Amino acid sequence: MGAQQRVYKAKINSTSSLRKIFKAMELIAASRIQKAVARAQAASPYAREITRAVSVVATQSNVEHTLTTEPESIDRAAVVVIGPDRGFAGAYAANVIREAEELITHLREAGKDVALYTVGRKAETYYTFRDRAIAKSWTGFSEAPSGADARTIGEELLEAFEKSFDAGGVDEIYLVSTVYRSAVDRQPEYRRLIPLEVVEEESAPGTGAAGGDDQVFPLYDFEPSAEQVLDALLPRYIDARIQAALLSAAAAEQAARQQAMKTATDNADDLIKTYTRMANTARQAEITQEISEIVGGVDALAASGASD
Amino acid sequence: MAELTVVVVSADREVWSGAATRVVARTTEGEIGILAGHEPVMGLVAGGEVRILTTEGNTIRAQANGGFLSVANDRVSVVADAAEIVD
Repeated sequence: MGAQQRVYKAKINSTSSLRKIFKAMELIAASRIQKAVARAQAASPYAREITRAVSVVATQSNVEHTLTTEPESIDRAAVVVIGPDRGFAGAYAANVIREAEELITHLREAGKDVALYTVGRKAETYYTFRDRAIAKSWTGFSEAPSGADARTIGEELLEAFEKSFDAGGVDEIYLVSTVYRSAVDRQPEYRRLIPLEVVEEESAPGTGAAGGDDQVFPLYDFEPSAEQVLDALLPRYIDARIQAALLSAAAAEQAARQQAMKTATDNADDLIKTYTRMANTARQAEITQEISEIVGGVDALAASGASD
Repeated sequence: MAELTVVVVSADREVWSGAATRVVARTTEGEIGILAGHEPVMGLVAGGEVRILTTEGNTIRAQANGGFLSVANDRVSVVADAAEIVD
């Protein structure tokens, strides 16, 4: 076998083993999307009840709570970037970071300081590589965030919110995350978390409308008091919103990974096809050369025999 | 007899839902028993057992930790940070 053929054979071999890896990762991601979506759906009744309860308290009492009142001046804003822990998900991380960068530029233009919080290794390394200060980062659970993870983040953020500006506190908090709509539709988005504007949380992926609740609430009695109920509810509401964002981002991450791996598999297929063609051409060329050498040799022999 | 629609949810899933005739839970103010036609109430769950008497006459016991309880229009939601059914 000629040297050229051997080169092509080696390329085909390595590409097809890469292709196997891509294909396997694609299938893994595809099965994990389902799991991530199921988790998001399982958590949605909780988010719905909390949202409903917060809306009730907010509409029926005129309790002033620090979390819901607009501060007089906003000097520093916290930006929480929710990204992936692992790569191999195409432009997923880049997209959410770009969205965050836009928001940060926007906040800076408005004269606000920005404190960065990141979730996921990819978001963390993006900023550490660029020597940007990160107030706090969490890693290791981007693919399967639990309620406890959301609570840790929520507690840290509330703590920062309660501190004064001089102590490094923040006056408002934004969440930047990717919202999963379907396996092919996901969008990086930012939302303001605190001060709260109580909104009907968009339902978790696939659940459709959030129950179609009649929005006229009956008059509630509060036990022990509206203030205390609100005090207990708001941190939970924040946790629930963080949790919803984390779960949606986890589903989006898997969907992005599946798509990226599908493209990689397709590209490997194309490469294998190209290399096979080139290997065939090389083989043909080699055969042609051998034939012409033999024919040339026969001709030479015949010519020398005739001259004898 | 009128029924209550009850849902018990924890942070990560819906623990139980169904029709019931009576729900007993412990709030920060003490035990509260809810029958159909109860006035709208929103209270903080103090943790402990929530007992649900279903329309079939079974008693479902759920351990609920922290959270709140809301009652309106014969709909009872127990929303806990962590909850599970105990036998």
